[in-house]
Formats: sequence, structure tokens, C-alpha cells
Amino acid sequence: MSRAVRFAPLLLLALIIATLVWRLAKPVDTTVHSTLGGKPVPAFALPAALPTKPGLSSTDLAGGKPRLVNVFASWCVPCITEVKVLETLRNDGVLVDGIAVRDRPEDLADFLQQNGDPYERIGSDPQSGVQIALGSSGVPESFVVDGKGVIRYQHIGPIETTDVPMILAKLEAAK
Amino acid sequence: MIAEAGLAALWLAAGLALLQFVLMIVALRTPVEVARTMRAVAVLQGALTLIAFAALLIVFARTDLSVALVVENSHSAKPFVYKVAGAWGNHEGSMLMWVTILAAAGACLGLLSRRTGERTLIAALGAQAALALGFYAFLLIASNPFARLNPAPLEGHGLNPLLQDPGLAFHPPTLYLGYVGLSIAFSIAVGALVTGEVDSRLGRAMRPWVLAAWILLTLGITAGSYWAYYELGWGGYWFWDPVENASLMPWLAATALLHSVSVLAARGALKAWTMMLAVIAFSMSMVGTFLVRSGVLTSVHAFAIDPERGTFLLALLAIYVGAAFALFAWRGASLKEGAPFELVSRETGLVINNLLLSVILGIVFLGTLYPLFVEGLSGEKLSVGAPYFNAVAGPLALILAMLVGIGPLLAWRRETRPVFGKLKIPLLIGATALAITIILAPAIGILPRLGLTVAAYLAGASLLPLIGRNPLRAPLATWGMTVAHFGIAVAIAGMAANGAFTSERLAVARPGETLSVGPWLVQLEEVTPTAGKNWTAMEGELRATRGQGPVTLKPQTRYFTDPPTETNEAAIDTFWNGQLYTVIGKPDEAGGWQLRLWWKPFVTLIWAGGALIALGGALALLGRLWRRRRGEHDWRRRYV
Repeated sequence: MSRAVRFAPLLLLALIIATLVWRLAKPVDTTVHSTLGGKPVPAFALPAALPTKPGLSSTDLAGGKPRLVNVFASWCVPCITEVKVLETLRNDGVLVDGIAVRDRPEDLADFLQQNGDPYERIGSDPQSGVQIALGSSGVPESFVVDGKGVIRYQHIGPIETTDVPMILAKLEAAK
Repeated sequence: MIAEAGLAALWLAAGLALLQFVLMIVALRTPVEVARTMRAVAVLQGALTLIAFAALLIVFARTDLSVALVVENSHSAKPFVYKVAGAWGNHEGSMLMWVTILAAAGACLGLLSRRTGERTLIAALGAQAALALGFYAFLLIASNPFARLNPAPLEGHGLNPLLQDPGLAFHPPTLYLGYVGLSIAFSIAVGALVTGEVDSRLGRAMRPWVLAAWILLTLGITAGSYWAYYELGWGGYWFWDPVENASLMPWLAATALLHSVSVLAARGALKAWTMMLAVIAFSMSMVGTFLVRSGVLTSVHAFAIDPERGTFLLALLAIYVGAAFALFAWRGASLKEGAPFELVSRETGLVINNLLLSVILGIVFLGTLYPLFVEGLSGEKLSVGAPYFNAVAGPLALILAMLVGIGPLLAWRRETRPVFGKLKIPLLIGATALAITIILAPAIGILPRLGLTVAAYLAGASLLPLIGRNPLRAPLATWGMTVAHFGIAVAIAGMAANGAFTSERLAVARPGETLSVGPWLVQLEEVTPTAGKNWTAMEGELRATRGQGPVTLKPQTRYFTDPPTETNEAAIDTFWNGQLYTVIGKPDEAGGWQLRLWWKPFVTLIWAGGALIALGGALALLGRLWRRRRGEHDWRRRYV
């Protein structure tokens, strides 16, 4: 048996072990990223989630100014802390729209009254149809959409206070 | 006290493993008489781990809530059998079972080994002790099953309801016995590489251990497949899930080893290759354990995922497999070529068998780890599923099954008789089956059609070794081979029939409505609540008819409270020609219920085939051991 044949298994093992070490060091990213980054939002028109605010459609997102679209729900616990951060963003002049997923108007009204209301428009997405079309797999998630309706950035999970400068920079870049 | 006794037994066993390992090193340097001592130490070590395992069973049986593992995985209201079986329905408990079997395998080797040369046995027992040491360390440092909880809570968290099934009592123990039983072949191979005594005598010594582990592994996989089939309510028997592949890979390696060790035993050939396979088979068991326990792959079996434990297991894997491969690289050159053989001979047949099995093993291994490799190289994410495995491994498996019919007809060393004439009738049976499927079922897929053809051919061809002689005087090992090969035909027939002829119906039905699936008319009579010891359920009552009298099936959706989980209990009725498989799902607002119905013709043949394969192995093992007891050494004339 030649030397190469005898050492081949050892070499193969080293390669496999190296791959497994790499995987252990860098655990699997199980978040689902939208494939629509850099592409226009899919066409949609959601009815108003509350009688007091307009609904949200894809044409609203192509109005010339960058906007932050927040996918949320009144039953979502992390959304409670996030909505306060969104208020500070709104106070900085950011245009925030909401997509309320699988929500009821009375619950939503309570939620906004108790926690704050940064939204200009809120569309109601009772079956998660638009959420899934956007490539969002959970709540809360946010999308930075530029003035032409193109998705520039997807934020998975709540926007924390520490994320504010980064989000502002993304919005600035989308101008 | 019982938990502490178990823990103490484990520490003592670890100490004995260290002693056993040191004894080997001493014995290999200076010629001292340690074989008897090492045998005794190995047996004692096995006994101590059995005590530790018994201690775990006792704390689970009593639901001792001062033990953390019991709190996390048990509940006082659980049926007794699942309290006991729940001992291994978790990470720590199943690793203790792993280690117990490893030490018990070492004890068996120490107690029963008669044919291995003394120096090789010493080295093998040392290797087994080295394996055990690492896993004791893993258990005692990173996965202590006996850790206490103070203060003890009033109630436990309960066991995942999917595991509360008789399958839990049978599938993990048999699978582990097979998995870890392969450690004996690994240790014997390492021992033989150390001493250089790789010859036909070693082959004959190794064969029963390989056979025994392989039988249990076959049973374990078959049982697991049937468990998943009825418990998960998906109606599938194999999902190519990474963890299923983790059990298939050692089986493929062990199957190849089983055949190559026969060549070594009978002819003294394939020395290096057989040693390599013996190392690979148990390495695949360790890879499987690592994949299941570390969470590096996304799997439905994601039981106990912990990257730190993964690191520990990966280190053990690297040490043991690395050491064995290095030993192979170092000592492999000294292995002499065995007896020569000609192109048409039993040896060639077994070499082809080994090549095909190795290629299939490589395909499964690559497919299982491919997502990792790709993401490592390019950052791209993908998953590999049934379409790849079926398309690539399926045809190879069928080619292998074709050759299974020929191999046993060939003589050792050189075949001069025209054996292919014997295959006329089996080939005719296969051709007839092909013609029938083309006429009666023109629309079925190519793989199921070829599967039915090959199954029909092999069912005939596998019997040829018993034909033309008095079957009652044929050696038991020949019977074993025939039964196992016939079992392959049966299993392939089941898989092909399931793939070709299954009818599925998914619909919403209100009580009183009738649905049709295959030849059956199924009426939903009513849905009523019912309750068990630790669950409540909605139970559908289905009346199914096809021509003759009706049968009643009662599928359930069960609601468990500890932990809060919902499971589907499929109702399955078995007939001679298939299974009617029914699942009840959620109600809709209009009073209808989701029903899933399958008619699966001849699906039971899959598991019947698996059982036959294992039975064949058992016959062969019995035959070998019986002959050995009678002191017959005329091994040259034996089949297999």
C-alpha cells in the first residue's frame, strides 16, 4: 500500500474535523432573511387596522421619502418595548408605518394607547399574507424602504435603543 | 443515596478503565502475564456501569425529584413504563446508556473472547478502555446524570409526549447496542494493527462481534423507522433526516465490514481494507452521536443541543478516529497481501459489494454534511433532502441488490462452473414483474418500477444457495445468508409498492360524511372527547369499508399538560395487502374535522424485510457459534 493511500484517511478526517470545528465556533444562524433586499416591495394594499388611521399599500411606500415599515402585533411582547424606541425615531423625523399581523382593532387600540403610537399608517394583515410576501418570518421585524419603494434593509427582532443611530444611518443612506 | 451510589460506581469504573489502559501499555512494552487480569478488570468495569445504569433506572422508576434529570424529564403522573424508559429519553441518560453498553461490550470481549491472539486481545482491551475513558470523562465532567437538585421541587416537567410510546422502550436500546457494539470490532482492529496479527484467525474472531452488533443495529433502525411512521403521523418511513442518516451510516459500514470480514476469515485477504472498515464503522457511530448531540445540523431530532458538549464530543472523535487512522497509516504498510483470487470468484463479488456499499456510504455522508461544507466555503445556505438521496443512492442500491443474487453462487478463489445459467429463472421472474407493472400500472415512477422488478428477481435469486441440495443439511450460516438476502428483496418490494401505489386523501369532513381513498370508503361517524392517565384527547371514529364488512379506526389528537403539547395519534389498520393509515387534525368553524387518510399497499413489507434481514443475521451467528462449540474447524467449506 502506498504512503498516499495510507495517509489519505487521516487527511480527510482533518478536513472534516476542521469543518465541524468551524461550525461549532460559528453556530447556525436560524433567522430567515428576506430575499427582497435591494428589490421593490411586492404590490399590496392593506385595509386600515384602525378606523382612525389610513391603511397601508405598496404605493404609499414609493412616495419619494424613505420610510420605516414595522411588522408588529399587539400580542407580541417584544413589540411593547420596541414601540417606545420607534416613538423616539418618529420624534427625530422618521416616517414610521405599521403592518399589524393577525390583530384585532380593539386590542390594537389598547396597545397603542398604553405604549405609544409612532405610526402614520397601519395596515391590517389578518392572515400574514403581506408579512410572508415581504419575507418576514416573525414579529417584530422592520424594513427600511427608500423613496422608490425599494427595500434597503431588513431588521429582524426588536429595534433597541442602541440600534437607533444605525437605523437613522440606513434611512439617510436610502435618501 | 441511590444516585450517589450510581455516581460512585461510574467513578470506580472510570478508575478501572484507566488501570486497564495502563496495563495494556505495560504489557506491550514488557512481556508480562496480564491477559487474565485485564479480562477481570474489563468484566468488573462492565458490572460497575451496569450498577450505575440500574441506579438511574431506579431513581426514574421512583420519580425521585431530588435528582435534576428526573425533574427535567419526568412527572409523577406518567405511566410507569415511560417513567423507566424515560431514563434514556434525555441527553444524560442516553449517554449513560451509551457508556454502559461500551463498558459491557468490553466486558463481553474480556469474558468471551477465545480466538483472538493473546497480545492482540490485550491491545484490544486496552483500546476499549481508552474509548471508555473518554466517554466516562464526558459523562462525569459535562453530562452528570446524577446531579442533585436542592430543594427538590414538588413535581417534574414531564417527558416529551412524542417519546411516551412503547417505541422508546425498544428503539434506543437496540440501536445503541448496535452502534456501540461496533466498538468491539474497532478495538480488535486497533489491537491487531498494534500487534500486526491481521490474518484469517483474526477475521474469524472478529466476525461474531460484527454480526451481533449488525443484527441489533438492523433491528434498531427498523424499529425506529416504524416508530417514526406511526408516531409522527406523517405516514413516511424514512425522511433522510441527518439523525436518521447518522444511524444509517454505521449500518452501511457494518454491512460492508460483515462481508469483508468473511473474506478475511475464509481466505486471509482484504486485510488492510477490513481493518479500515472496522475502524470506520464505529467512527460512524461516534460521528452520529456527535451530530445528534451537538446541534451542528438542523434536524427534527434536535433533542439535547449544546455546543459545549459538542466540542467535547468532537475532541473525543478527533482523538479516537485520528489515533486509529494514524495507526493505520503507520502500521498498514506491514500488512501482507492475502491469498490471491481470480476475476470471477466469491472474493471479487464481495469486493464489489464493499465498493458499492462504500460509495453509498460516501453519498449519504456527503449529503448529510454537504450543507456544512458549502456554507463553510461560500457562505451559501442550502439543505439536502430526499430528492438527492433517492436519485443518487436509490439506483446504486438496486444495482447492489441485483448483484446480491449472483455473489453467493460464486466459489471462493476461482469460479469455473457456468453459474449464470442458474439465474435464468430469477431473471424471468423479474422480467415478468416488470411486464406486469407496465401493463397494470403504466403511470408509476421509474424507481418504484425498477424496485418491484429487482425485488421479484432477488426474491428468487436469494433462494438459489438452498436449491440443488438438501436444504435441511445446509449449514445454518447459509440459511442465515439466504434469509437476510430474501429480506432485502422483501424490504425493497415494500418501499417500491409504497412509492408506487400509495393513495393519499386530505380533506375536511363533518360527522356523517364519507371520503374515498384507494379502494376504501371512509365515513367519519363522530368525534368524542376521551382521556388517558396524563392526557385528554379528541377521538374520531371512522368506519372504513371496501366491499366486505367495515372496520373501525379511532385516530386521536392528544393534549398533554406536562409539558403542554399536542400530538396526533394515528389509527392504523393492517391487512395482508397493506395498511390503512388515518390521522385526525383540527376542527374548523363549521363543525368539520381535518382528516388525513392513506392507503399504503404492502407497506408492512418494509419492516418485515428489516426483521428478516436481522433474523438472517441471527441464524448466521447461531450457526457460527454452534459450530464453534462442536469444535468443527472445517471453515473452508462454509458459505458467506
